[in-house]
Amino acid sequence: MKRRNFIQQTAATGAFIGLGGLNISLTENPKKHITILHTNDVHSHIEPFGPNDPRNANMGGVARRATLIQQIRNENPNTLLLDAGDIFQGTPYFNFYGGELEFKLMSKLKYDAATIGNHDFDNGLSGLLAQMPHAEFDFITSNYDFSNTILEGHTSPYKIYIRDGVKIGVFGLGVELEGLVTKKLYKETQYLDPVETATEMTRILKQEQKCDIVICLSHLGYEYKTENKISDVVLATKTKDIDLIIGGHTHTFLDKPSILNNLDGKKVMVNQVGCYGINLGRIDFFLDSDKKLNGSGVSINV
Amino acid sequence: MSYRFLYVLFLLTSLWACKNSIHTTSIKGDIIPIDKTINGDPEIIAYIQPYALHLNQTLDSVIAYNPNNLSKKDGKLNTALGNLMADLVMVQANPIFKSRTGNSIDIVLLNQGGIRSGIGKGPVTSRTGFELMPFENEIIVVELSGKKIQEMLTYLEVAKTAHPISGMQIRVDSNFKLKNAMIGGKILDINRSYFVATSDYLQQGGDNMNFFKEPLHIYELDYKLRNAIIDHFMKVDTLKTSTDNRFIQIP
Repeated sequence: MKRRNFIQQTAATGAFIGLGGLNISLTENPKKHITILHTNDVHSHIEPFGPNDPRNANMGGVARRATLIQQIRNENPNTLLLDAGDIFQGTPYFNFYGGELEFKLMSKLKYDAATIGNHDFDNGLSGLLAQMPHAEFDFITSNYDFSNTILEGHTSPYKIYIRDGVKIGVFGLGVELEGLVTKKLYKETQYLDPVETATEMTRILKQEQKCDIVICLSHLGYEYKTENKISDVVLATKTKDIDLIIGGHTHTFLDKPSILNNLDGKKVMVNQVGCYGINLGRIDFFLDSDKKLNGSGVSINV
Repeated sequence: MSYRFLYVLFLLTSLWACKNSIHTTSIKGDIIPIDKTINGDPEIIAYIQPYALHLNQTLDSVIAYNPNNLSKKDGKLNTALGNLMADLVMVQANPIFKSRTGNSIDIVLLNQGGIRSGIGKGPVTSRTGFELMPFENEIIVVELSGKKIQEMLTYLEVAKTAHPISGMQIRVDSNFKLKNAMIGGKILDINRSYFVATSDYLQQGGDNMNFFKEPLHIYELDYKLRNAIIDHFMKVDTLKTSTDNRFIQIP
């Protein structure tokens, strides 16, 4: 019903265009609104924490997350739902069912994509592959080369989603596995340099594919203060053409999304929402199709 | 009738507009807590329920009885809980190691930090095993030179911590300096090698146990620490453990 109303209204706008000519429609400036929702490091936390949990009493829970996501989708159907990895491991649900329930629930919540975290290798490549039939969403990873493994062909280096005519390019970056994950679990998976990979992905997504929004789904970790190690904060400053980095791995509870300057001096938003499904990240992009606004600054509110 | 034409016209103009000039004017970022003010989606709750039921029935079935409260902090250099953990690894892992290699485990070394909970007095369930060891760590056996064993003893001397050990007796003086170490009832022989069971996490340098890093040989047992704990609890009727003299300070 709603959709039909929408078409009728746009048809009425069309009538106006018909009378006034094409140029008016362009200065009329139809706005677009894209909502990106995200989680990270949910670690098999299916049920909410109990009332006696010392740190996270009464927080989280997939069923509550489902309600919240539905409310937001009712508000704005042009929504993308993403996860930044470490879906697996942390409660007996994973030990009992191997990740089946996690993937089935994410499918029910209509996740669009997830990247692969180090703990998603915990049952080996075969353990991850075995659960993939339960996942009705994309696995996006750009810097794990699975070509000599059984996961070959089961993940994508990037995906482009179109919502309300807006092209949203998503690529994924995983953390270095050596020293973090037992080799027999990840086998011949090759880890590629995140900055080089991101540079190539943004070239494809922004220059070739002309995406309007480019999102990096990262499991690199937010920031490492003591080590000289690649992180979302470092990535943001060493790349360009990324609009949003959705992070994970370090279980970082930010008070609000961070804003950093990229190679071109343009602003990049970096967000991470802690862990265990305690929070949901929400980023709203407001877009314009008036050419005259090109080049003017983007206002960012956090 | 003219509606259809106008709609097509609209599509054409919007496509043309999209192709050339969609761009972001503003971005708003937010982090929304998922708390108990949000009612869970009943369909999702119903979907989870059979999984939860099966899981809880399995986790909460009683497999042993524990006569005393056990905490990893109830001793200076060895604790009843730590001794239970190290001894059960010896008992559970040695037959597997022996059947695969013909050799026997000489020593077990775990880390105190790896014991993730206590065990309360009363019924013991599989859930107890998950609480003690929530991680997927595997038991592995490494063959270490006598010299590396000496490094291990130095590590324990410096750590002054009740890291769980089995198969070994260590005496330190009032300054925590090593007095002597017995392995399998014999004094450490620097010229031979020893088989040490530990977790893959510690072997890979966890808790800075660097003496594990380059062993003469690594044997994977394909046996999770948690499974060893649960298997052991199923095997025994009552948990029997206490602090003893395996790692003590003597003046």
